[in-house]
Amino acid sequence: MTVTALTTADDVPAPVSVTMTKALNQALRDSLSEDEDVLVFGEDVGRLGGVFRVTEGLRKEFGPDRVWDSPLAESGIVGTAIGMAMAGMRPVVEMQFDAYAYPAFEQIVSHVAKMRNRTKGHVSLPLTIRIPYAGDIGGVEHHSDSSEAYWTSTPGLTVLTPSNPADAYSLLRESIASEDPVIFMEPKSRYWMKDELSLPVQTAPMDRAQVVREGSDATLLAYGPTVRTALSAAEEGAEHGLSIEVVDLRSLSPFDDETVSASVRKTSRAAIVHEAAQFGGYGAEVAARVTEANFTHLSAPILRITGFDVPYPSPKLEEYFLPTAERILDALESWDWEL
Amino acid sequence: MTIDVPTTRRALPQLQPVSFIGADGKTTDVPTDGLTVPSDRTLLGLYQKMVEARRFEAQVTHLTRQGRLATYPSAAGQEAIEVGATTALAPNDWLFPTYRDTAALLTRGVPVTEILSAFRGDWHCGFDPHEYHTSPAATPLATQTLHATGFAMAAKLKGEDACTLTFLGDGASSEGDTHEAFNFASVWQTPTVFVLQNNQYAISTPLREQANATMLADRAAGYGMPGLRVDGNDIAAVFAAVTAALERARNGEGPTLIECLTYRMESHTNSDDPTKYRDAEEVEHWKRFDPIDRLETHLRRAGVLDNDTAEEITASAEELATSVRDAMNTDAEVDPSELFAHVYANPRASLAKQRATLEAELAAAVQS
Ligand SMILES: Cc1ncc(C[n+]2csc(CCOP(=O)(O)OP(=O)(O)O)c2C)c(N)n1
Repeated sequence: MTVTALTTADDVPAPVSVTMTKALNQALRDSLSEDEDVLVFGEDVGRLGGVFRVTEGLRKEFGPDRVWDSPLAESGIVGTAIGMAMAGMRPVVEMQFDAYAYPAFEQIVSHVAKMRNRTKGHVSLPLTIRIPYAGDIGGVEHHSDSSEAYWTSTPGLTVLTPSNPADAYSLLRESIASEDPVIFMEPKSRYWMKDELSLPVQTAPMDRAQVVREGSDATLLAYGPTVRTALSAAEEGAEHGLSIEVVDLRSLSPFDDETVSASVRKTSRAAIVHEAAQFGGYGAEVAARVTEANFTHLSAPILRITGFDVPYPSPKLEEYFLPTAERILDALESWDWEL
Repeated sequence: MTIDVPTTRRALPQLQPVSFIGADGKTTDVPTDGLTVPSDRTLLGLYQKMVEARRFEAQVTHLTRQGRLATYPSAAGQEAIEVGATTALAPNDWLFPTYRDTAALLTRGVPVTEILSAFRGDWHCGFDPHEYHTSPAATPLATQTLHATGFAMAAKLKGEDACTLTFLGDGASSEGDTHEAFNFASVWQTPTVFVLQNNQYAISTPLREQANATMLADRAAGYGMPGLRVDGNDIAAVFAAVTAALERARNGEGPTLIECLTYRMESHTNSDDPTKYRDAEEVEHWKRFDPIDRLETHLRRAGVLDNDTAEEITASAEELATSVRDAMNTDAEVDPSELFAHVYANPRASLAKQRATLEAELAAAVQS
């Protein structure tokens, strides 16, 4: 994993074990302390520190005028954040769970995404909307959706998703600093993932994908929760003599054509892995644009290993729904490797 | 034994809408609800702005019929609210308007070409919101009420002396965002004034099929904020109510909902036929409550408006109409490459590519 410490001075604290939740928390804390215009609000983000504890301790540290519990209304949260951003603030709001961002859909696609364009560039909305998303945590109905395709097909939005604690810190810091509104998707199942690192860290810029494992036979394109799955597939593949490269997209919109194309041209085979349903999904976009740019370099069709085209299932059926390392490797077998 | 209840004061608006100057131009005996009647000097200024706004609406409606504008939602008949409420704002306050509030934009000083650019199809919002302290007009109903609330919250947090005023319709009052905005504004005690223009119809849907409430101003009570019902065709009442609400807001006393009873004299936009959903009799009835006629009668009776002044006002309204015609007779230059210019603050490679495609097409078209 490419993690660059901000400084290399001797006083840099020794790496400690950091969860993604802790990294996000620290990113919010650092942004709040550096810039008085940064505000954090949403459902239960104050006293409780968020249902996933991402905002833990912030209300106490920065006071209820900077970090507070809002009324329970998602459209209200995003709509008022728009007004605050218009007034020069940098709000960071939390949608408690993926499917509970839907009441705010109108505000997000009609105003957050379009304000800059509607006003000929006169009004910027430096606003970050954090959405814990995806499954594999045994959540009941409406707690495990992967809604990225809705956001990525909306011009005007930047859509980011970290897959590890270092990126979580760095990408969130960049989102808050960005003049463009960002949909920041946090993979719930990776909240408790730990890495040895010292904060603050600055990883690759937010619009860049990252090669997280080198390989020469095939490229797996993954993001958020499926990066870890893709990495285990690569490890298992290695046992069978397959050299699999794994690319963590990090930024779903904009899409880093350069990094992805370079990898695909090297390996000549690619598959995209995501939890969201397949039909009309984000993987279709990736497959299409990677093919358009690299057709003659491909020796096999681009595959999609995704959730099935069914509503997200209840906890006991999750394991049959989610893409696994085995399913990925099985899919790769469908390629005619003799070609 | 009973449950202890909070003793917070609950107030419902008075049933009879506050009205200072009646349809006959005479002073009414409706209780003033603690509001102060504006001076005749103030009223004369408001009168002039209403006459101009009416002339503006007529001119634009005419141009729309000629096909110069794609669509236009006229606010003819609602000038007392648009002008009265907007005039009460301080320059530093922010206005959050909707598609129907062009008279308010005019009052706010937005140039006519910039107001009309959206309806002519040049660009969604032609003006710089920061320059006029006015948000782009919202078309998705009620969404702007939340922006106004958030903006006011930011002003409050920063300790800035800025209030927000937002217009919404009776139809928009059924949308979830309206309720969320009322609630957020009251919980956060933001300096926000909600001006609900109850013009009796949402496109074709009449009020009685929109809400089963005695009056929309009553809703304020449920959110813990004051609600007020005023005669929306009496600019004296509108101006006084909004002025008082802004004063409350500035004093840190939170938001106010003001329901203004009025009537939309024209169709919803040029593309619908109002005879399908309302009868001529009703329209005639409301003509008797015209906001401009009644103020004129009042001002003439008070000796504040004489023929000379009236002529001056008509002349300035004509001048405005001429400027509207001139502006709409010259076709606006649109720059195709601007399609890509204002989507992101951080430039995107994919858009640069698409822009190059369009520019190549345009260059090829010029050559052939
Ligand atoms: C969310 C949404 N739904 C539907 C529409 C289509 N629409 C435009 S105006 C309108 C009626 C609005 O009526 P009202 O709020 O009373 O305002 P008025 O037009 O009378 O000023 C409708 C249904 C819209 N603009 N936004």
